[in-house]
Amino acid sequence: MFLQATLINLGLLAGLIILGLVVGIPIALLQVYGVRPLRWLASAWEGFFRGVPALVLLFLFFFGPAQFGVQLSAFTAAILALGFRSSGYQSQIFRGAIQSIPRGQMLAARSMGMSRLQAIRYVVLPQALRLAIPAWSNEFSSVIKDTTLAYAIGVNEVLRQVRYIADRYYELAMPAYLTVALIFLVLTYGGNWLLGRLERRWALPGFPMRGAEERIERGREIAAEAAR
Amino acid sequence: MERERDTDTSRRGPDEVVLRVEDLHKRYGREEVLKGVSFEVRRGETKVIVGPSGTGKSTLLRCITRLTEPDRGRIWLGDVEVTGRGVDLNRVRASVGFVFQDFNLFTHLTALDNVRIGLLKVKKLPKDEATEIARKQLEHVGLAHKADAYPAELSGGQQQRVAIARALAMEPKLILFDEPTSALDPELTGEVLDVMVALAKEGMTMVVVSHEIGFARAAADELIFMEGGVIVEQGPPDQLFRQPKYPRTAEFLRKITALYGETG
Ligand SMILES: Nc1ncnc2c1ncn2[C@@H]1O[C@H](COP(=O)(O)OP(=O)(O)OP(=O)(O)O)[C@@H](O)[C@H]1O
Ligand SMILES: [Mg+2]
Repeated sequence: MFLQATLINLGLLAGLIILGLVVGIPIALLQVYGVRPLRWLASAWEGFFRGVPALVLLFLFFFGPAQFGVQLSAFTAAILALGFRSSGYQSQIFRGAIQSIPRGQMLAARSMGMSRLQAIRYVVLPQALRLAIPAWSNEFSSVIKDTTLAYAIGVNEVLRQVRYIADRYYELAMPAYLTVALIFLVLTYGGNWLLGRLERRWALPGFPMRGAEERIERGREIAAEAAR
Repeated sequence: MERERDTDTSRRGPDEVVLRVEDLHKRYGREEVLKGVSFEVRRGETKVIVGPSGTGKSTLLRCITRLTEPDRGRIWLGDVEVTGRGVDLNRVRASVGFVFQDFNLFTHLTALDNVRIGLLKVKKLPKDEATEIARKQLEHVGLAHKADAYPAELSGGQQQRVAIARALAMEPKLILFDEPTSALDPELTGEVLDVMVALAKEGMTMVVVSHEIGFARAAADELIFMEGGVIVEQGPPDQLFRQPKYPRTAEFLRKITALYGETG
């Protein structure tokens, strides 16, 4: 029973993290390279989804569309709400990573006749994505736990199942909650282990992914400076 | 100084103007960095630009292919007006090599891939053809054995030679060098300058910002002295060293000769 419910959490996780990725990267690119109105839109998107509490987003996406006659399933609404939220956080990670790539890389790419898109695709992103892995692992650990929030709009995920047991059989409450805790520990550690492997696999000589967070932090400072 | 030209000068003529810059202006904010710069480079020529820091030498080089947008003035590469309307800038840039002070090799690519990427993505050559050209150019700069090394695994001098190979692979009409040896330890400048002198002798057209007097004497057809956003004086290096027209030129050349020495 827990197993099946856990699969729902994993489904939510997969959906939201991929949605967050495919939306987050373009948002980051628009913030760095976009023309002004697009840059503003991207920043507004990021600000909104990072600023509004996750539960509020869940309710907005679950009840909101119904007002316009579109009834989303709780599962879909949860993926959209949490995925867009994650896109806000992921865009921040990727933006920092992109800005920490030295300007000379873009300059060299353009100087040989690459278009801006080519330079982004073949030069900037392959480096930035590598740098982003450690920070992205944090985001991963964080959203995996957020999947339990979907319980608030009635998704049959693992926390809801446990509540069901705990409410009925008081003496089982503690063991049940401990089981959930254990499940998430295993998932988080397993996920981070996989990401650590990916990081090592993508590692390149002289490309310090250790310490990448500092570089990303520097990228953020540059961004803050530029915004002023 | 005599020089051999191995290219088909008969067809296009040795006097063909490869680059013409006319009255170039550029300002950053209130500061006018280029105040009307004009010069010409003919096929096979090497021009060396010297001048104090902040004089606009780097800005000038970047303006030539509009990596930095000039405010005023005109630029021709052959018979293409770079500053003209509707010019395909990526195509222009593909035909002009650029070698940077801090190399700017692509960190995530091996030496071979660094040299090959422009051929694959810009010139859209098939992979085996691109690989063959890239290997040949690495060999040209004496680094065939480092094809699989990443930039971080190469010395500064080796990185700069890969960067030169990367420029050469595109078969440029002209290569621009912006202080190619000033980020290098003194014992590594020689290997880069040797490659550049050889290129000049092979008939490559080059514009080189550099204070390496030894290189200028060995390879430059003309020395250009820039200061305060204008060209103060230009002419054959010997002439500028022996009988400069302006005292400022003499003073500056004396200074860099003291700093960089006669060899290099
Ligand atoms: N992107 C920029 N924004 C604002 N000012 C700039 C920019 N690039 C260059 N400058 C200014 O333009 C002037 C000329 O710079 P440039 O780099 O062209 O000089 P340089 O002759 O190459 O000097 P150096 O020998 O130190 O390399 C400097 O005062 C510099 O501060
Ligand atoms: Mg400079």
